[in-house]
Amino acid sequence: MSGLLVLEQLLNGLQFGLMLFLLAAGLTLVFGVMDMINLAHGSLYMVGAFLAAWLVGITGSFVLGVLGAMLLTGLFGMVLESGLLRSLYRRDHLSQVLATYALILILNDGVKMLFGNDLPLSAPAALAGSVQLLPGLNYPAYRLLILGVGLLLALLLYLLVQKTRLGALVRAGASNRDMTLVMGVDIGRLFTLVFGIGAALCAVAGALLGPLLAVQVGMGENILILAFVVVVIGGIGSIRGALIGAVLVGCIDTLGRSLLQHALREVLPPQWASAAGPAFASIAVYVFMAAVLALKPQGLFPVRA
Amino acid sequence: MDAATRRRAGAVLLLLCAIALPWALQQLGIDYYLSLASRVLVYAIAATSLNLVLGYGGMVSFGHAAFVGLGAYVTGIMISEGIAGAGWHLLATLAVTGLAAWIIGAISLRTRGVYFIMITLAFAQMIFYLANSNKAWGGDEGLNIRTRSIIGIEGFALDLKDGPTLYYVALAVLVALLVALARFVPSRFGRAVVALRDDDIRAEALGFPTYRYKLIVFVVAGAIGGLAGALYVNLTGYVSPNLLHWTQSGSLMVMVILGGVASVWGGLAGAAALLLLQELLSAHTQHWEFWTGWVLLAVVLFARRGLAGLLARGAGGKD
Repeated sequence: MSGLLVLEQLLNGLQFGLMLFLLAAGLTLVFGVMDMINLAHGSLYMVGAFLAAWLVGITGSFVLGVLGAMLLTGLFGMVLESGLLRSLYRRDHLSQVLATYALILILNDGVKMLFGNDLPLSAPAALAGSVQLLPGLNYPAYRLLILGVGLLLALLLYLLVQKTRLGALVRAGASNRDMTLVMGVDIGRLFTLVFGIGAALCAVAGALLGPLLAVQVGMGENILILAFVVVVIGGIGSIRGALIGAVLVGCIDTLGRSLLQHALREVLPPQWASAAGPAFASIAVYVFMAAVLALKPQGLFPVRA
Repeated sequence: MDAATRRRAGAVLLLLCAIALPWALQQLGIDYYLSLASRVLVYAIAATSLNLVLGYGGMVSFGHAAFVGLGAYVTGIMISEGIAGAGWHLLATLAVTGLAAWIIGAISLRTRGVYFIMITLAFAQMIFYLANSNKAWGGDEGLNIRTRSIIGIEGFALDLKDGPTLYYVALAVLVALLVALARFVPSRFGRAVVALRDDDIRAEALGFPTYRYKLIVFVVAGAIGGLAGALYVNLTGYVSPNLLHWTQSGSLMVMVILGGVASVWGGLAGAAALLLLQELLSAHTQHWEFWTGWVLLAVVLFARRGLAGLLARGAGGKD
């Protein structure tokens, strides 16, 4: 029983980790290439989730809703980047914090004006059941879909960054931006595109997690910090690091929540265990980050020499 | 009048206005604004303490709400356990938040740049989750207190439940803090701190113990932040994990940047501007956050040195 439980929790952890990766991928590139702290990245996740819920309501199709949210959020991200964020790249971190914090306020309230405080979004009815993976292990079909989409997008992104010319330019920008500029690469235009892709990935994460968590204003604030943790653990600017960091963080968080509580119940009185379990689980991720930074101050996969 | 005298006269005038404010509000029959004024003072103390680390120390701490929240919890818990004396609250708040800042600072100061930002944030998140899951002290619902701190000296007692009393205590703390900050900046220690902010390798080569100096600044700022928290719980009668949330750290940072980084008045100007702006907007629209955001964006794009920078330019000082 225990082995199956661990396996199920590992799958949950991997699934959450892949969604974190979709958020962290754009964040780490903005952070790494443009040296920009974008607190509003979580807001793109929220915008994507709201657009998906809205479009699913209109079209009646989950797939169309998610694809439409991807497209619209990607476009929105590109407009945001070229209209505002671009002028912040050369400013100090404090200005970036102030400006993107302002953006959080604007986008939270803007979404509230357009859609209200929350929108219903449920998983497609066809995926309501569960699938038997092993004898005794039934896994919800919708979570399998998230897992599959997450793996597919991670693979596509990996190929895009590691195997294409565009990816090579982005990696060059991350390791030495000025040199890349001198080589004649128009980093500005390239980056509007990268930002748009990052925003679209945020929308996918928001849309897919929407039915599991909730599509509500402020949903981006908590997950943003986890995405930053992933970026720092993986090494700022590294897509590969973001993927590995995201899976690690997802697994630690999920396993911590379930297994740690089980373990604590063995050694502590129940009222203590139920209080200490969630606290330790939430903290575990940050302790892990502190430990990684203590051993490898540049993260697991440092990009800059 | 030279600039220094003019500045001093302005400060004295502002102080006199602040002293007369409760009386004036009462005369005008709008004394419900007094709690807003107290709120500005409390946030000004918190923001000024952050400005000490962030502006003068050059340490971009993204977890300052941890100390404010801890201070509020320490005082709130003591009051709910029946300990009423403000002296004990002060002592315990400074001790706990100072110790927390010492531990967090000692570890975080081994990193620099964005890593320092992230690790201070991580520590604040840990304390946030601890407060969230601690059912004994209210968990995620927070802790309500019925009574307040009582300052008792020789049979003479001041109860912070009284609005004007709390206001004057907060004002006294803020004035003491601003005077101390104004004296700290040109002092030998203050100059050393600024020097190692600007170039810590050179400061180290000159023989300054950079790590220790930074840690001292971090601990002092954390303890003052805790004091602001203790005043906060006395003002609202309530403390919840929301006070420890990262968006609170963000909003303190916004106050500092808005008011003016590394300016004595920055924390006060930023806290007053942000809170009054929110008050003004929320009276007219329920979407005040939306418009606050646009104002903050305009400040980033057009007033690069914050309100203090604008004021200095307006007063003909050097920009």
